[in-house]
Amino acid sequence: MINAEGLRKVYRLKNREVVALDAVDLNVRQGEVYGVVGQSGAGKSTLLRCVNLLERPDAGRVVVDGADLTALSRPRLRAARHGIGMVHQHFALLSSRTVAANIAFPLEIAGVGAAQRRRRVAELLELVGLTDKAKAYPAQLSGGQKQRVGIARALAPNPKVLLSDEATSALDPQTTASILGLLRDLNRELGLTVLLITHEMDVIKQICDSAAIMENGSFTESGQVLELLETPGSLLARSLFPLPASSPPDTVTLTYTRQSDEPLMSQITREFDVDVNIIGGAVEEVAGHSVGRLNVRVTGPRRQAALDHLAGHGLIVEEVR
Amino acid sequence: MIEWIAELGQRWPDMWPVLWLGTLDTLYMVLWSTLFTILFGLPLGVLLVATDRGGLTPAPAVKAVLGTVVNIGRSLPFIVLMVAVLSLTRLITGTTLGPTAAIVPLSIGAIPFFARLVETSLREVDRGVVEASLAMGARRLTIVGKVLLPEALPGLIAGLVMTIVALISYSAMAGAIGGGGLGDIAIRYGYQRFDDYYLWATVVFLVLVVQAAQSVGDFLVRRVSHR
Repeated sequence: MINAEGLRKVYRLKNREVVALDAVDLNVRQGEVYGVVGQSGAGKSTLLRCVNLLERPDAGRVVVDGADLTALSRPRLRAARHGIGMVHQHFALLSSRTVAANIAFPLEIAGVGAAQRRRRVAELLELVGLTDKAKAYPAQLSGGQKQRVGIARALAPNPKVLLSDEATSALDPQTTASILGLLRDLNRELGLTVLLITHEMDVIKQICDSAAIMENGSFTESGQVLELLETPGSLLARSLFPLPASSPPDTVTLTYTRQSDEPLMSQITREFDVDVNIIGGAVEEVAGHSVGRLNVRVTGPRRQAALDHLAGHGLIVEEVR
Repeated sequence: MIEWIAELGQRWPDMWPVLWLGTLDTLYMVLWSTLFTILFGLPLGVLLVATDRGGLTPAPAVKAVLGTVVNIGRSLPFIVLMVAVLSLTRLITGTTLGPTAAIVPLSIGAIPFFARLVETSLREVDRGVVEASLAMGARRLTIVGKVLLPEALPGLIAGLVMTIVALISYSAMAGAIGGGGLGDIAIRYGYQRFDDYYLWATVVFLVLVVQAAQSVGDFLVRRVSHR
């Protein structure tokens, strides 16, 4: 749905150049939630702004829903933008307009008639649960409500793609959870493709199907979250599951991304005559699957064979140093 | 004190028509020049913001020229400006005397002043809102009309009130070189004839006019402000 190739963006400051994007390839499949996580200054924001060409990349191509945005004329780019909604960290609502008029704004821009605008606004208010706030002004709303208006506004012209620029970063944890839940629901119910940037690993964990870690203007890791978790040495996997820093010798980390019905632990103690001691672990919901991680100390002469047995049953086994 | 009031009471029937006509002249000059000031100052202020680096249509050269023109207009004391544009005034109105003639220098003096106030108000509009509008596919003219101006409206009205108050004060100066209005009365009766009754009466009338403009402006600002 979103394909970007070889994106490069350099900002020229007075006496130096800052490479914000360095040969970034981005591939977001239709209907998925794709998260880009990274520290501030990593280039996430520039990347997001390149997708709807608020920033024009110095090199590379951006194709959204089959249209090469980088090649479009100004009027056609404007039309293409109607199909790309955007949600902003600080909401970016018009303070002079009511909630209903804010949601109607992109429809006015797209030239939708007044009667149809009213109908669509009513639908959207219902969708985000703010029907009673239609006539309120943004200043009278809480942060979470403002973001709901922001989301309703972004959805008004029925976009296929939603870009989310740190949509939950200005919100408290509880509100964050409800906004993320809303985005997840919209993704599922409307088949909306979502590209979000965030600096919070939790956001990736809660709603993303795919993710990329960004550092110094390029992706250090990217792919489907479940696959990344199964990749040994994955930074994302380690960030999602922080484990105790120090462990006794012979400890391994076991990651399992699907339910296992076999009693693997007792199998290895019996068959390979090893001792198993559980040091720590966690089970978390990631991308709609429960994913578990265990730190276990495995000792005995046939240790390696036991570990191979676990790996053979779909567990990811990593030695802890 | 009592005698003073008694004399004022006696003279009031003569003074009232003079003061009333003076007030009407002042209002006439101020209202027309306000209209022209909005007509030219508002677009000028928008251009100052839009042509800026990072603006809607960055054009550093245009910005530099406009900025210089505005600064020249702002740096001339009004009394000097009035004399400097006399020939232009004659060209436009056919005369250099009377309230209608005064509208020309008043407008020219107030346009740059108002343009700077417009510029300041527009700069205060959240950059994120403009960006959001661009992301929605808005035209730049739509952004000016539907985002920048409505969002800055409270500041624009406050700026307009400041401009009107400045125009009232300028209009009194215009009176000094034959523009008519309350300033003219203060000069002719109060200064040249040492008639304190006229002098203080014009002061009171000017204060009332300014006060009225300010109150209406404050009310409107409260009405349109939803921050």
